[in-house]
Amino acid sequence: MSKYRTAYLNARLIDPSSGLDAPGGLLAEDGAIADLGAGLFADGVPDGAEVVDCGGMVLAPGLVDIRVQLRDPGHEHMEDIGSAGLAAAAGGVTTMVCLPNTEPVIDNVAVLEFVARRAREVKLAKIHCYAATTRGMKGNELTEFGLLGEAGAVAFTDAETAIADAKTMQRALSYASTFGHIIMQHPEEPALCDGGAMNSGEIASRLGLSGLPPVAEVIMIERDLRLVEATGGRWHAAHVSTAAGVEAIRQAKERGLKVTCDTAPHYFALNEVAVGDYRTFAKVRPPLRGEDDRQAIVEGLRDGTIDAIASDHSPHDQDSKRLPFAQAAFGIIGLETLLPLTLELYHNKHLPLSDALALITSKPADLLDLKAGRLAKGAAADLVLIAPDRPWKIDEEAFRSKSKNSPFDGRPVQGHALRTVVDGRAIFIHGNEG
Amino acid sequence: MLLDLADTYVEQNRKPNKALSLLQGRTVINLFFESSTRTRTSFELAGKRLGADVINMSVSTSSIKKGETLIDTAMTLNAMHTDVLVVRHSESGAVKLLSEKVNCAVMNAGDGSHEHPTQALLDALTIRRRRGKLQGLTVAICGDVLHSRVARSNILLLHTMGARVRVIGPPTLLPSAIDRFGVEVFHDMREGLADCDIVMMLRLQTERMQGRYVPSVREYFHFFGLDREKLAVAREDALVMHPGPMNRGVEIDSELADDINRSVIREQVEMGVAVRMAAIDLLTRDLVGNAA
Repeated sequence: MSKYRTAYLNARLIDPSSGLDAPGGLLAEDGAIADLGAGLFADGVPDGAEVVDCGGMVLAPGLVDIRVQLRDPGHEHMEDIGSAGLAAAAGGVTTMVCLPNTEPVIDNVAVLEFVARRAREVKLAKIHCYAATTRGMKGNELTEFGLLGEAGAVAFTDAETAIADAKTMQRALSYASTFGHIIMQHPEEPALCDGGAMNSGEIASRLGLSGLPPVAEVIMIERDLRLVEATGGRWHAAHVSTAAGVEAIRQAKERGLKVTCDTAPHYFALNEVAVGDYRTFAKVRPPLRGEDDRQAIVEGLRDGTIDAIASDHSPHDQDSKRLPFAQAAFGIIGLETLLPLTLELYHNKHLPLSDALALITSKPADLLDLKAGRLAKGAAADLVLIAPDRPWKIDEEAFRSKSKNSPFDGRPVQGHALRTVVDGRAIFIHGNEG
Repeated sequence: MLLDLADTYVEQNRKPNKALSLLQGRTVINLFFESSTRTRTSFELAGKRLGADVINMSVSTSSIKKGETLIDTAMTLNAMHTDVLVVRHSESGAVKLLSEKVNCAVMNAGDGSHEHPTQALLDALTIRRRRGKLQGLTVAICGDVLHSRVARSNILLLHTMGARVRVIGPPTLLPSAIDRFGVEVFHDMREGLADCDIVMMLRLQTERMQGRYVPSVREYFHFFGLDREKLAVAREDALVMHPGPMNRGVEIDSELADDINRSVIREQVEMGVAVRMAAIDLLTRDLVGNAA
């Protein structure tokens, strides 16, 4: 049987991990990258290969989004593996890592395998799963880290719930180190956040809403860092949102602790002003913070303290959001806006293009030891062709996601995916959707 | 402006025959998702004295499926061609949400810890009738500012009208960043009340206390309750106000509350009806079908 080949001509190849940023071509063969480089097709395109003329646009590794809620199984009316897969494809995402807060919770091998099987059937973006750190995400008993790891769990987290009990966290870190697994914390001291709906401060006070204080984040981070020091475990802070939180992790890294963290686009692209007059689409946890915190997140991305950007895709239906602010659900969808919002860091001259892309490709992949996020011979042909400067306006009506809860509706942005490729197969071609 | 119009309604309300026919054929619905006696009665009287048909609906929050029904209820009432919806709700922002879903006039009768605009207006009317002005007066708002929608609306209104506003209370009962509201912040009653023209006491929302904001009622009254001794540092003719319902002996000394030489608490209630008449009147003037 002849090989299935695609030749990508006339591209600007960007591979953040190797520093490659040069004109050239790429040949995908049977789902893997067979070759790439400047003079690749100097002697012509191989026989029978499909030809994609990239027109000078950026060909980069497909995006790796390490924080996605699929809602499947359990709440398929908000999102399912198919709709999330379409959203991912349109957003240039070729690998997603989903949180275990499904129903039932991904805290045992059976549910994990169910999600993996559904993902294989859907055949869009690749899906990896976290497993819950504790059974039912209740914060008490540990799940089977070893068995779940063998079944494919890439790390352990109780999703949007902090592991509040210090002893449980200590044991989780300690036991997970047996297998080298990462414990991913939602860094928020719950006792300080009871009933809170938005960032504490002037705006919350004026709106008469209970606050989620910024200090709740750094308190949990600092506690956990002590436990990391004591146990030698691997630890990751999800969606860091405050200046103090970033600074604590910066200092821990300087001390040599093996800790990592990510943030989400809304923490560097928005601040608490977006809540405006009770806009529940801007209700998210951790909450949108003040402008000083937003700037500190940008700085953390610039200096490498923050290792990755994840969309924190959290679909919610109308009924969960069309409520008085305090009663509305927390969460923002993000698969289809991850790329343009990350590119704002480039367009606003905070980061070179390749470094901005690293935060959504090679760096999150490395963090979880995923074989993804690279343009290299032999690597999977998971690619995204990007028009990095092309202006467009985010439009919730155009979202493929079943849920529309985005505070970015109407925002003018630059850069989007032209073509998304998984294992050599195009799963999205811009302007060519059925 | 609204306060001038309210002044005329104060006089109207003191006549034996109070009825007007301004809003004849109009429908006002009091939609209360949170229990209330004085505000609801006040709005009811205001509507009736203007000649409108007034209907009271009390929806107990426990019996409804939260906000979903909030919108459903509003849509239903809207479909009945209501002219004015007067809404109270226990959640901040609920009235705003509701107003986006209906096409009649919506009045906020108090939403969560957010705002209570007609209370601030009636307080302003009470002060202005006593002092002839608001500009330049020093007003101290004392107590549980954190949970108080009355305090927020009063700070906004009084500040706008040129009064100097102070807030006094323990830090646990003051909202964060309160110093950015254009007020002076005090944690000591004697310092905060010094030379004040108006002393506005707030109800301590004891149902939310449980030792979490202040340790005890006894301690609270000792340091933050208004009595004659603390009031003595204010101006000699300083007026004492309270939006009600009062916790006698908690935030205010009972005998002081009843002292007609200092306390204008009953007058506030009277002004409430007039202010709400003025507000309903103004809001309905541009309704379709109003010739005037």
